[in-house]
Amino acid sequence: MATFKDFRNNVKPNWCPGCGDFSVQAAIQRAAASAGLTPEKMAVVSGIGCSGRISGYINSYGFHGIHGRSLPIAQGVKMANRELTVIASGGDGDGFAIGMGHTIHAIRRNIDVTYIVMDNQIYGLTKGQTSPRSDMGFKTKSTPGGSIESALNVMEMALSAGGTFVAQSFSSDLKELTSIIEQGIEHKGFSLINVFSPCVTFNKVNTYDWFKENITKLSSIEGYDPTDRAMAMNTLMKHNGLVTGLIYQNKEKPSYEQLVEGFKDEGLVKQPLEMKKDKFDQLVSEFM
Amino acid sequence: MIKQLSWKVGGQQGEGIESTGEIFSMALNRLGYYLYGYRHFSSRIKGGHTNNKIRVSTTPMNAISDDLNILVAFDQETIDLNHHELVDGGIIIADSKFKPEKPEGTSASLYSIPFTEIANELGTSLMKNMVAVGASSTLLGVKPEDFTSVVEQIFSRKGNSVVQKNMEAIREGMAYFKKEAGNELVDFHLEPVETKGRMFMIGNDAIALGALAGGARFMPAYPITPASEIMEYLIKKLPEYGGTVIQTEDEIAACTMAIGANYAGVRSLTASAGPGLSLMMEAIGLSGITETPLVIVDTQRGGPSTGLPTKQEQSDIMAMIYGTHGEIPKIVMAPSTVEEAFYDTIEAFNLAEEYQCPVIIVSDLALSLGKQTVEPLDFEKIEIRRGKFDLSEELPELEKNVYFKRYENAEDGISKRVIPGMKNAIHHVTGVEHNEQGKPSESPDNRNIQMDKRLRKLSDLTDRFKTPVFKDERHEDADLLIVGFNSTRGTIQEVMPRLENDGIKVNHGHVRLLHPFPKNELKDMIDRAKRVVVIENNATGQLAQLIKMEVGSEKLKTLNKYDGNPFLPAEVYQSCKELL
Ligand SMILES: Cc1ncc(C[n+]2csc(CCOP(=O)(O)OP(=O)(O)O)c2C)c(N)n1
Ligand code: SF4
Repeated sequence: MATFKDFRNNVKPNWCPGCGDFSVQAAIQRAAASAGLTPEKMAVVSGIGCSGRISGYINSYGFHGIHGRSLPIAQGVKMANRELTVIASGGDGDGFAIGMGHTIHAIRRNIDVTYIVMDNQIYGLTKGQTSPRSDMGFKTKSTPGGSIESALNVMEMALSAGGTFVAQSFSSDLKELTSIIEQGIEHKGFSLINVFSPCVTFNKVNTYDWFKENITKLSSIEGYDPTDRAMAMNTLMKHNGLVTGLIYQNKEKPSYEQLVEGFKDEGLVKQPLEMKKDKFDQLVSEFM
Repeated sequence: MIKQLSWKVGGQQGEGIESTGEIFSMALNRLGYYLYGYRHFSSRIKGGHTNNKIRVSTTPMNAISDDLNILVAFDQETIDLNHHELVDGGIIIADSKFKPEKPEGTSASLYSIPFTEIANELGTSLMKNMVAVGASSTLLGVKPEDFTSVVEQIFSRKGNSVVQKNMEAIREGMAYFKKEAGNELVDFHLEPVETKGRMFMIGNDAIALGALAGGARFMPAYPITPASEIMEYLIKKLPEYGGTVIQTEDEIAACTMAIGANYAGVRSLTASAGPGLSLMMEAIGLSGITETPLVIVDTQRGGPSTGLPTKQEQSDIMAMIYGTHGEIPKIVMAPSTVEEAFYDTIEAFNLAEEYQCPVIIVSDLALSLGKQTVEPLDFEKIEIRRGKFDLSEELPELEKNVYFKRYENAEDGISKRVIPGMKNAIHHVTGVEHNEQGKPSESPDNRNIQMDKRLRKLSDLTDRFKTPVFKDERHEDADLLIVGFNSTRGTIQEVMPRLENDGIKVNHGHVRLLHPFPKNELKDMIDRAKRVVVIENNATGQLAQLIKMEVGSEKLKTLNKYDGNPFLPAEVYQSCKELL
């Protein structure tokens, strides 16, 4: 059995001390071990941003792609080899600005990929511009007078797009975060996990303390039922999206792979490339 | 009796013009004739003039014809727009329903036949196309029985009575036309040929079949004219091989998803036209720097932007060769016939894996959608080569914290390739410059090593590539060398004997590998010609510019056409005469 240490490598992250992304890295390593995975059966695909570097900080197969495209790459990997556990990850700019088209379609497509967004409500790598997750009035280098666009409520969006696993967590809460990621990995279908992961350098508003004050844990809400989509939506609206825990899960809906005609349990990568002569003759005759 | 003839059917889009041409040509193909079809259509579904021009010949040819013998018209617009193509003594066969009128000044004869009326009497106006097929093929000396197998194939799933009705429509069309025209038209009878099983397909069929035979098992793609047939064919066939097609949200997703699948070891392609190619540019660079195999099909159409979306053009050369930021190894190959499209597609997957880089197969609308007779494809020629892809499940154990050297600085620049899932092969892949283990590195020395490694990968490609230039060299020293790429090959071939007849010594070179450019091969041909003309469907002469840059000749003249239509042999002939 692999332990979380087996998912560590010796690359030193270039994140600022105190960055929320450290916890996400640790949580992925712990969740992977706890889910019984081995490093060579796991692929972490990431986008571009401070957060996007995460695929290089975990001992597993890692693919650090281009800005906003971690999801299509990850879905391609999963379709090629469904025996792998595939994790996609990146920042809120990566997933909800440049990559939003892919995010919403990955949610509705429901390929079995676990998508972890490190949401710091700002662009870290490019040194502090606004993000689709920045609140109205939020001052950044690109919105010196305060943002005049409203923040996207990602969890509500994921619910309405037909998400089958919608969850949120917080970097300070390593235990909950690890458990949510593990559940996401085990979920058969697409899982979206939005993690409040503070940028200590550029976001002086949405700090660890700010989150601690404003977050409601779903486990503290009596009778909360994550299989009830309407309750999930109402709760999100009531708390302005600031809840953590498993918001919604639909275990009934089959994953994309389960619905693909002729798709085998064994990875597509193991299917033969060669075509038999009689098959070829048949295909040729169809054009005669 | 004649050896070849040209037939065109036209009407409003959505009226079954396409299927009229399809049935007519399938029957003739089965009789053993050679066919070449070109569709004129616009980017709307209902309405708008559309036509399907089909050339029938007793010998192989690969070009549309200059003129027209028979025009089948479902509306007056078809007559007005196309009658000028008709030869002296040509024939218009039109539906009496719209009271066809012969335009002034045409010498063609007009036969007004009640297509719709006959069809209605048989039960449905839908069959007017079959009446037209019957009426017009009487001229060629084709018999009703010659249509039986085609009609059965197309309509049998709708039941025997539908088959019979359609055959009846063909027979009635024939009978009516014979009664109307008498026996005065035997001049159109085609010389009989030996019946032989040949294929009849569009370039996109050949690309799709090539992908399947070449081991491609996954295709993410976004629909676009003139590429969609490739994904539509593969979604029907791939499930039997365990694979599938995903219609993605856009071409960026298509391209990056294909990269993900190739990274994980599955041969995967995507296909698009100019607008999609533009969206893929950043991802093409990712494939280059991460040394992930990737096959992209670009079916060129009229640009820029939405341009002429349903028309012929060859204006993506520069975009394909230079269109990603930074510098990467990349292969751009250009099949020029439907047969080549099949074999080249298979080869594209081999090269992508051998060189671990993106490979673009470029086609153009005329090649992708033009339907042609093709000699049966040869199973024995299918070959799968995966280069330095290690297929073992487990490699020797690595030291702790050391990654597998996926980017080892090999002498030929090509490192051993491993995929996720393999034991002891963990490594990192990133679009950031990286060291041999794939870990990010900004060191200048490492940068030089990795950049040089990638860029030397293709140094032997032009030598290894089979027929980088198709050569028809009839003379040691030529008065004229004609150069082209993609679908213009048949047209140039057709023009050559005409020029030779005038005493001009002509050679022909058709470029099949656009990048890396086969300069030596072409230089030799250019050196031995007094004049060189580069023929291309674009306004700025991109192929000519490329040749100037790579070979550096002062002799080049260009012949460009960018009005959306393919070159006619007569135009090329005329222009060559003027240039000489
Ligand atoms: C196509 C493209 N545009 C812009 C950039 C520059 N860029 C890199 S990361 C980034 C946004 C970073 O913000 P986020 O995704 O939230 O990640 P974070 O750094 O905050 O973790 C931008 C705009 C790029 N790499 N590629
Ligand atoms: S800039 Fe912000 S997001 Fe980036 S590493 Fe530093 S703290 Fe983290």
